[in-house]
Amino acid sequence: MTLRDKTAVVGIGATPYYRRGESLPQTELELACKAILAALDDAGLTVRDLDGFTIYSSSCDPAQVASVLGVPEVRFAATLTSGGGGAAGSLGLAAAAITSGQAEVCVTLMTLQQAKRRLGGTAVGGGAPGLSGGSSPYGAGGVPNYAAFISGAGLVAPGHSFALLTRRHMELYGTKREHLAEVAISQRENAIRRPTALRRDPLTLDDYFNARMIADPLCLYDFTMESDGAVAAVVTSAERARDLRHPPVYIAGSAHGGMGRWGSAIFTYFQMPDEYFASSGNRPVAKRMYEMAGMGPQDVDVALLYDHFSPLVIMQLEDYGFCPVGEGGPFVADGNIRWKGGSIPVNTHGGHLSEAYIIGMTHIREAVEQLRGTAVNQVDGAEVALVTGGPSGLPVSGTLLRR
Amino acid sequence: MTELKRGTYPAMLKDPFADAVTQPFWDAALQDKLVAPKCVHCGTFVLTPQPFCFNCQGQGFDWVELPGTGTIYTFTVVRHPLAPALAEVVPYVSGIIELDGTQGAGARMMLNITGCDPAAVRVGDKVEIWFDKVSDTYSMPRARPLAV
Repeated sequence: MTLRDKTAVVGIGATPYYRRGESLPQTELELACKAILAALDDAGLTVRDLDGFTIYSSSCDPAQVASVLGVPEVRFAATLTSGGGGAAGSLGLAAAAITSGQAEVCVTLMTLQQAKRRLGGTAVGGGAPGLSGGSSPYGAGGVPNYAAFISGAGLVAPGHSFALLTRRHMELYGTKREHLAEVAISQRENAIRRPTALRRDPLTLDDYFNARMIADPLCLYDFTMESDGAVAAVVTSAERARDLRHPPVYIAGSAHGGMGRWGSAIFTYFQMPDEYFASSGNRPVAKRMYEMAGMGPQDVDVALLYDHFSPLVIMQLEDYGFCPVGEGGPFVADGNIRWKGGSIPVNTHGGHLSEAYIIGMTHIREAVEQLRGTAVNQVDGAEVALVTGGPSGLPVSGTLLRR
Repeated sequence: MTELKRGTYPAMLKDPFADAVTQPFWDAALQDKLVAPKCVHCGTFVLTPQPFCFNCQGQGFDWVELPGTGTIYTFTVVRHPLAPALAEVVPYVSGIIELDGTQGAGARMMLNITGCDPAAVRVGDKVEIWFDKVSDTYSMPRARPLAV
């Protein structure tokens, strides 16, 4: 039994994207409901059809959303564990729920409002993110026993963690800041033409090298922005999808997870074996995803790679097989990820770096637009799109969509 | 926060919040000794200390004193202060240290590397672990360049 082509993304909905805090006075719940209603409408469905919540990073409380919107009956409600790593994989969760007959119409969703809670921020007072008692509400609470080992390192924000992976990649493979700049600049080029993008000023190599250094080797333009907004995607069976408003975007393959000792990978761990320390953690996921779809990297027309930090785009290009491990830097420097003329256009919407940071969902939206042929920066004849989640703690994820 | 010093990330905790799994590390740290738990079944070192060995799933560790030196596996120079008070601390260097006497991955430490020139630090540099006595119960590990 495989999930290949059994289900399809049939609807996409989104609120406007806002700079951090500017989505007030709406609430996160309100943003979520707006995106869900828009996605159902895009599909030609209504709340009466919705019966499943297949989310990641506990992005919303399905109990709350279902009662507020008046969903008749919830038949499936689950989240992939951990954080943004599950973004693309949540489509696979929907496919699993539908293919196994547990639900018919599932929504995946991210809603984000950072007025009071900053994802890129830090727990300077407590030492590091996650140091205040772990993720389980049933834990003992208090300061966990590993905190005293790491809090004095001052590696307290996501940028610090990813700087460590990046430095190691540079040391092993000769990756340069010019390579990181190409990721930032090529995505900005894409965002300039896209009305939804929050960063649309041209970005030059000089701008990049004159930007303030945050956590060497990562400067301002290597970081994503802080955004508010919500994006939802609706998934149903391939059979039902054929009768809906848009041509189906089939889920050809999807996988989540990663090597066990990738573990939490960042913030508190860093004990990954040498062979994949300087990676995005996505290599085993890519293998299973391609196998399920019966495809390989040569079949992908456009790649929407989770880009909280520019170097992780380079590492994902390697992990998803677009170039050999260690050659991601020269690969991007050769123009391979450019919308125009690139061998594999990447983040044609501008990505998290330049469009908006809604924790992976904007990538799913762009993949669907590309495969419907309605993208702002349309890749001619795009038939297969890759969407990824992470790199972060397990699970990370990847999904292949096809028209 | 205590006294702020450029290059030295301030101690945020006053106690190691030890439990049965970690207490021997902190007892030794108060004696300026670096020790690590070594699996009695397969010899793998596990830091931070855990209730199981990730290699053989065994329980039971011997606490072994290490040479107290290591190698910089990767590092970052933090230049942007994430809290106003840290303006006096940046730039500081922090990284992942592979400890001599261990197998490397699985027993690395995340440490602030003090007493170094941020522009001169390189992956592969040798460091020694030192303990910064924060309180009567907590000597916090840091690294510094190993004099050669």
